[in-house]
Amino acid sequence: HMLTKRIIPCLDVKEGRVVKGTQFLQLRDAGDPVECAKVYNAQGADELVFLDITASHEERKTMVDVVARTAESCFMPLTVGGGIRTVADMREMLLAGADKVGINTAAVKTPEVIDAAAEAFGCQCLVVAIDAKRNAHGSWTVYTHGGRNPTELDAVEWAAEVCRRGAGEILLTSMDSDGTKAGYDIALTRAVSEAVSIPVIASGGAGNLQHMADVLSDGKADAVLAASIFHFGEYTVGDVKRFLDQHQVPVRL
Amino acid sequence: MNLGVLDYGAGNLRSVLNAFTAIGREAKLVTKPAQFDDIDLLVFPGQGAFGDSIRILKETHLWDPLKAWLKAEKPYLGICLGYQLLFEDSEESPGVEGLAVAPGRVRKFDSAHGLKIPHMGWNKVTWAEDKPVWWKDLPDPSHLYFVHSYYPDVADPSLALCRTDYGVPFIAGIAKKNLMAVQFHPEKSQEIGLKLLKNSVDHLATTL
Repeated sequence: HMLTKRIIPCLDVKEGRVVKGTQFLQLRDAGDPVECAKVYNAQGADELVFLDITASHEERKTMVDVVARTAESCFMPLTVGGGIRTVADMREMLLAGADKVGINTAAVKTPEVIDAAAEAFGCQCLVVAIDAKRNAHGSWTVYTHGGRNPTELDAVEWAAEVCRRGAGEILLTSMDSDGTKAGYDIALTRAVSEAVSIPVIASGGAGNLQHMADVLSDGKADAVLAASIFHFGEYTVGDVKRFLDQHQVPVRL
Repeated sequence: MNLGVLDYGAGNLRSVLNAFTAIGREAKLVTKPAQFDDIDLLVFPGQGAFGDSIRILKETHLWDPLKAWLKAEKPYLGICLGYQLLFEDSEESPGVEGLAVAPGRVRKFDSAHGLKIPHMGWNKVTWAEDKPVWWKDLPDPSHLYFVHSYYPDVADPSLALCRTDYGVPFIAGIAKKNLMAVQFHPEKSQEIGLKLLKNSVDHLATTL
């Protein structure tokens, strides 16, 4: 088949502003998520993820507005994650113009919300994010609350369960690799990808272009998510795609 | 030309309305049977399950006007479920009759080959040589954004507008005089998707 691997920039948004560095020299306001989204749209990003790290309900309204404004000018799939707990939260983001919503802690606490969301919106709308950390037994443990709280769950088993319950996709973050720029956790990604029938987005550890090629081929990921590698102007989405194309990874150029 | 987007209460229509705005066409929502009288082109961007959506369309009294619209060969643009419902039935909802505007049935992808389901992401489509009016100024092949677990097994290949392959080759869109319907999401397929919508609306306007 000719389905291409997806390259997905992720923007952390707080109180309506992008919080990690975005070195878009051509932009007058690199803190505006809508402006950043337009740049990634122009670079040929395959999808976009907004991670809402807003704390309060009041500030969440700001995020709804950001999503609505982005959807007016960026015609590509948009996922919103962060702080989404209920079907009502999901509906609010979807109606604003998000195509998918991501849930993490809420899915662990009340797995039934996965079934409910799949029933309400179709499984294609729901991305379950899994934060996983390698343990002493050679497997991976699921963490919640932004990586602060360990659970009893095995990451590969949990991935299989969310798939059974109706998740459309898994966003898999390796806590060991995240922020290291030393590469994605290939073993983790491959174990999860082989355990589920739905697509897996690999996240955490991208430091160079070879890392992305490795997790897409050896790690069997269907997509890669990256933040800092794009925001700090090291590479454009176009750079990534040209490299992958030269290394026999199918991409949309 | 007045564009109406069929709204039966499921799914997010914002992206579709935004896409029409971006190509310089304002579309309004069609939520009641009487509103079919106010429009020239019906857009059906459905999401959800085959059987459930038909049940809801019947409950909201939109099913009969939709059938009548297609029977009268009025201009129609179908996206995703708005494509699948044109066929006779679906493996997703056995025993439920579709609109049967086009021969064929909707089948489930086979995951036996290790393919991920849904078919999600950007796939390559090749365009039918005999229907250039719909895809003028678009690259051949074009990459378009798909997300679906079922695909129409089109029984009349002369309807094909474009083709793709996901484990199985399938017809990713059909077109005939008054109608274009596609499995992918043009409203999520950046410039190429918007261009396809623009071509289609412009062309359908000439048929009025």
